[in-house]
Amino acid sequence: MTVLASPGPAGTGSRFARAGALLRAREVGIGVVLLVVFGVTTAHNHNFADANSVQQLLSGAALIAMLGVGETLVIVTRNVDLSVGSVVGLSAYVIGDLFSHHPGMPVILGFAVGIGIGAVIGAINGFITAALRVPSLVVTLAMLYIVRGVDGRVVNGVIIVPSNIPSAFVAIGFRTFLGIPWLAIIAFLIVVVVAYAMRSFRSGRDLYAIGSNPEAAALAGVLSARRVFTAFVFSGALAGLAGALFLALHAEVDVTAGTGYELLVVAAVVVGGVAIFGGSGTVVGAALGALLLNTINQALVASRVSSFWNEAIAGALLLGAIAFDRWLSLRVARGLRSAEGAHRDL
Amino acid sequence: MSEQPAPVPRVTLDQAAKSFGAVRALIDGTIALYPGEAHALVGENGAGKSTLVKILAGVYQPDSGVLTVNGEPVTLSGPTAARGAGISIIYQEPTLFPDLTVAENIFMGRQPLRAGRRIDRAAMNRSVAGILARLGVVLDPQRQARGLSVADQQIVEIAKALSASAKVLVMDEPTAALTAVEVARLFEVISALRAEGVAVLFISHRLEEVFAICQRITIMRDGRFVRTAAAAAITVDEVIRAMVGRDLDVLFPKTPAEPGEVVLRVDHLSREGVLHDISFSVRRGEIVALAGLVGAGRSEVARAVFGIDRRSSGEVSVRGTPLPNGSPLAAMAAGVALVPEDRRQQGLVMDLGIDRNTALASLGRLSRFGLIRSARERDLAASWASRLQLKFGRLRDAVSTLSGGNQQKVVLGKWLAREPCLLIIDEPTRGIDVGTKAEVHRILDGLVTDGLAVLMISSELPEVLGMADRILVMREGRITAELARAEADEDTVMRAATGQPREAAA
Repeated sequence: MTVLASPGPAGTGSRFARAGALLRAREVGIGVVLLVVFGVTTAHNHNFADANSVQQLLSGAALIAMLGVGETLVIVTRNVDLSVGSVVGLSAYVIGDLFSHHPGMPVILGFAVGIGIGAVIGAINGFITAALRVPSLVVTLAMLYIVRGVDGRVVNGVIIVPSNIPSAFVAIGFRTFLGIPWLAIIAFLIVVVVAYAMRSFRSGRDLYAIGSNPEAAALAGVLSARRVFTAFVFSGALAGLAGALFLALHAEVDVTAGTGYELLVVAAVVVGGVAIFGGSGTVVGAALGALLLNTINQALVASRVSSFWNEAIAGALLLGAIAFDRWLSLRVARGLRSAEGAHRDL
Repeated sequence: MSEQPAPVPRVTLDQAAKSFGAVRALIDGTIALYPGEAHALVGENGAGKSTLVKILAGVYQPDSGVLTVNGEPVTLSGPTAARGAGISIIYQEPTLFPDLTVAENIFMGRQPLRAGRRIDRAAMNRSVAGILARLGVVLDPQRQARGLSVADQQIVEIAKALSASAKVLVMDEPTAALTAVEVARLFEVISALRAEGVAVLFISHRLEEVFAICQRITIMRDGRFVRTAAAAAITVDEVIRAMVGRDLDVLFPKTPAEPGEVVLRVDHLSREGVLHDISFSVRRGEIVALAGLVGAGRSEVARAVFGIDRRSSGEVSVRGTPLPNGSPLAAMAAGVALVPEDRRQQGLVMDLGIDRNTALASLGRLSRFGLIRSARERDLAASWASRLQLKFGRLRDAVSTLSGGNQQKVVLGKWLAREPCLLIIDEPTRGIDVGTKAEVHRILDGLVTDGLAVLMISSELPEVLGMADRILVMREGRITAELARAEADEDTVMRAATGQPREAAA
């Protein structure tokens, strides 16, 4: 286990040395760490690089990455959405329940229901946060518990089993295209589209502006409330979609589905370089963060490390990422202060 | 052109009023801005200039009064509406997005688009590069705004206005933090804009700048319009008199002082990148003023002396005893009191009563076995309320119900109740009406006569000149001049503060 634990920090260590150069490319750093973890694990356990194992890895990461995309939109505006985990659970269960009672229901309708549930919950989050100006941490924490409660009532001890789910729906969970799982392809497309939109549309840039300096955003005429609302709806809708795909992947849902995802997603997003106080970060980084956390997770399993280490390492990685950001910004601030002092000396 | 303004002003504001709760920030805001003309708006702090600017910006909607653009009455529902009407504002504090690029900052919300409503980054960067070239500055449009110097931030703000092809450009104290070279560059830009027919509203405390570039001057006092005059037809003295509205010796009752032994001694105090080699002393029975422009490091000196910020080198001693670095508690124990600039945030607990606020810094003395005796708390508050001539209903009333001047008296009382030997007071009369200002000054004068040592920070030159026995002028983290009361005037202080060559250092 010590052998395995070391690659992560070592990889991070080399990043420390070239901190300045990589400041603007967190994605590169994550990619390097990812390759190191993957390489070292494979060296110890050749099965880790199996097609099957890699496909599993990608499918699991795809769900977190999808949630990470929505979470990034929200966090970039200086908010947070903690309700995503419970939305995944509710969406997955309700779709499964519908399929159980209406076996002939079209697959596409299942997705629509999941996305709809998520969007409605996201709209409630967004409305309370943006229009009533309640801190999103409180709003979405409350929503997390409410949705969990509703989920428990709806489930009422009944478990959705694979035989109840149409095979066409389950196929999405395990089929591959050119060896790549459909789930990963869907997540990849979402990441690409949203990354492009965040870069190239005014509404995307507005999100960064709101998180970077809310007062300045208001003075620039950015419609902050509307944008924040939309970000929450989007995050909710993606969580609903992730719920549908969760059902397709596992084909089995009980009341615990999606438990703890919210923190895993926030961790992935922050590890991926999205500033927790908003204003910077990309969905590509968030998706890579999700992939990294899931890879480490699987690497530990493959190396037969106790699953307890799993969470501890995710936590350490998170702390490391935040400490790294803080250290960088302090360094930049100090640099600027003396640079300005020097400038004044002229 | 400036002599014979076009008949239709670009923008007029007539008798605009704006209140916030009980505070009447603007009572009569009246101004007319003509194309091709630079118009100065002057007045003391609290005269209502910023409120008037925010009305033009569409940030505030006036409670009454008429706003016209090109002769048509309009209502500006928000900043976007103001921008749409051709009005651009450059705020005193630059409002940039630190995480975004210079180009994005300039075009936020108005980015050039190409097919599919996508942002055309190439066009945006090109256009910004063009504007920056026109302004004659070297700045990478794709650089992050984080870490730009204040002057460069200001340039970004101006570029923002230019990119919006503003017809009216409002500049709220744009030169406050600029060096002489940067000011000259800004003035060239303003001249160029005037030549293009832009109406410029220029707000500044530096009257020599006002007379250098403005054709018309509007003076405000206590939220009211006083008069508008052509710059050629009015003198500096007349402007000052109209701004202050009364004779200076009533406003600044200063008893000649007989300074005693040294109370505060500061030796070679530095804080990396902020303060450089600051040395001075304050004696019993004298008021020493720290003057200088916003951002010169005056408040930072107070913070470093009091121990809020750590000093990177240097010594501070009170009555001969060195103060440990970074310990406000030790400073308080040594008899130092600090009345901060922002009394609402840092000086008072707004929802607590006058009695509680007054007692806050003296709780140790008022308590027995760790319990505060409220009777003693009330006695303390009552005695200071009467000594400071506080106007209040009941001692239990929340301080938020008091006027700014009376709030300031409560903060003063809170610290004076500790019987300090040194009072550091930051902007003692900011946002206080003129009548109460004179009272606060009288209180300070009385305290000093009784032997207190006072270190006063003030941005109001008349206050500095009127109240201080000695004046330390700061510029960019250094003390650039030390002036005795007799040798100080507006000119010498401003020269030292702005770093103008002649007689710069004392």
